[in-house]
Amino acid sequence: MTPHSFQLVEVANAAVDKKWAQTGEKGNPPFTFAYISDTHLYTKALNERFVRGALKAVEDVNALDPQPDFVLFGGDLAQLGRADEMRLGAEILKEVKAPIKIMVGEHDWFLDMGETWQELFGPPSYSFDWKGVHVVTLMSVYEKDFWTARHMSPDERMHTVAGLDNGIQSRFEVGDAGREWLKNDLSKVSTDTPILIFSHSPLYKYYRPWNFWTEDADQVQEILKPYKTVTVIHGHTHQMLSNRIGNISFHGMLSTAWPWPYAPEGLPKLTIEMDRADPFDQFDACGNGRFNVAEGGLVDAVYNLWDRNPVTITYRYLASNGSEGRPPDPKSLSY
Amino acid sequence: MKIKRGLLAISVGTLLGGAIYLPLRLQAASEPPSHFVPPPGAGGVVVGLCDGETSIEVPWLKPGQRMTNEQARAVSNSLMSKWRERHPNAEWQMAQAGPNQAMAPAQAAPVQGGVYERLTPREQKIADIETAKFIEEGKEIFHDPGKLGGTIGVSCDMCHPDAANTHPETYPKYQTQLQRVALLRDMINWCIENPVKGKPLSPDDPRLRALEAYIISQRNGAALAYGKH
Repeated sequence: MTPHSFQLVEVANAAVDKKWAQTGEKGNPPFTFAYISDTHLYTKALNERFVRGALKAVEDVNALDPQPDFVLFGGDLAQLGRADEMRLGAEILKEVKAPIKIMVGEHDWFLDMGETWQELFGPPSYSFDWKGVHVVTLMSVYEKDFWTARHMSPDERMHTVAGLDNGIQSRFEVGDAGREWLKNDLSKVSTDTPILIFSHSPLYKYYRPWNFWTEDADQVQEILKPYKTVTVIHGHTHQMLSNRIGNISFHGMLSTAWPWPYAPEGLPKLTIEMDRADPFDQFDACGNGRFNVAEGGLVDAVYNLWDRNPVTITYRYLASNGSEGRPPDPKSLSY
Repeated sequence: MKIKRGLLAISVGTLLGGAIYLPLRLQAASEPPSHFVPPPGAGGVVVGLCDGETSIEVPWLKPGQRMTNEQARAVSNSLMSKWRERHPNAEWQMAQAGPNQAMAPAQAAPVQGGVYERLTPREQKIADIETAKFIEEGKEIFHDPGKLGGTIGVSCDMCHPDAANTHPETYPKYQTQLQRVALLRDMINWCIENPVKGKPLSPDDPRLRALEAYIISQRNGAALAYGKH
């Protein structure tokens, strides 16, 4: 057990290697940002377990030296979208020393359709430029109305969305308006500018029955196609998850609350699976992590798995389609 | 034949009782078939042969009294002699399983394996419906912190969507964290006590039985691999 193994990580050589570094634009200073994701907080009175996970992640990112430029929060701050859950989350995130960039998840949204979340944190989609990289936080967990016809109360709607395997809810989507917004936002940047997209759901199709999926992912990828270097960083799947489609690299984030098993089919072939979780250890297969952004917006993902060795998924590994820089395979696969 | 009567009772119950007819009743109604022996005539104990029809009375044996091994051997020899007198040309092995023996239907020993071939489409439908209902009950409990008796809002599906990563086919196995051999139900109870923060269920609790049914149903077709980690 090395609870602070995070600090011991040899910073994934940000500049990967010359060959790959040269593929991107030169002159952008490398930077690092950390993440905390999927805390799924209930109120403290009901459930301290998930609070412990969130606090542990805050402790981790605050211990980083040097400090990251910012900390991304990956969505699903609350478990059932309640105002008291989100306020608790906001309070915990206030303790993070670096600036926070926050993203919404479906658990934050479907009780009051985002009202409280937006009051606390602002619009769910926004963009900013950071050291030569254009960063977009994209709301990707809208769902088509499945509740009105079923006469569901907001609470029932929230509980339905909160379950992974119920088959009643709709699939996640960015939606027509969201895609228009994205197109418009990206129209202001050149196609040479490295793009970093934060979305809660993976912006590709992994496993439909569990909503490890974005219904209009193909259309979103089409919008991102003209850009030379694109990295999508998503929450929701609670596991080590890597993918590469065309010019786009994808990285899934770990949860601080619980790990999810790999879906029975659809796993992207570049994914290095994390070891099967030990249920006897609350923190096993959970964690947080960070991203090192090299020149040209080439991103390496560092998974800070609590109580295990960290794993780095390099840009080189994904861009070479797995032929270079493959991290060690897990010892015990899920089944 | 008793099995058949049990199923008939269920089918009527299902039709009349509809949704309130719990699958648990299926377990209670289908007792295994038993042999019937005549009441003692001389104040002793009547002992039956496993063909389901031959019996003799041991007049000196009182109910509850034990026989010595020798006495028991003598009684079983007498039983076999009586059977041979009645079936001079038959072989005993055949008598156990053979369909040609004349047996009164009500007292017939079950013909192994035969019951499944004899299922009518109606009985098959009942079996399917009742099994599905039992599994569905387990699925509901699996997804509901309240029904699990949890106290912190955690349900099984939060870590195990579609019961993934529960691998019921690997039990029994020595669970190193518990330092003992565990069955699936032990692990269900471990989860209920720990991440779910509830009280463990007794082995015959209908909720535990239903949870087992749901979890196993989700791994249909997986090869048994007890002991696998």
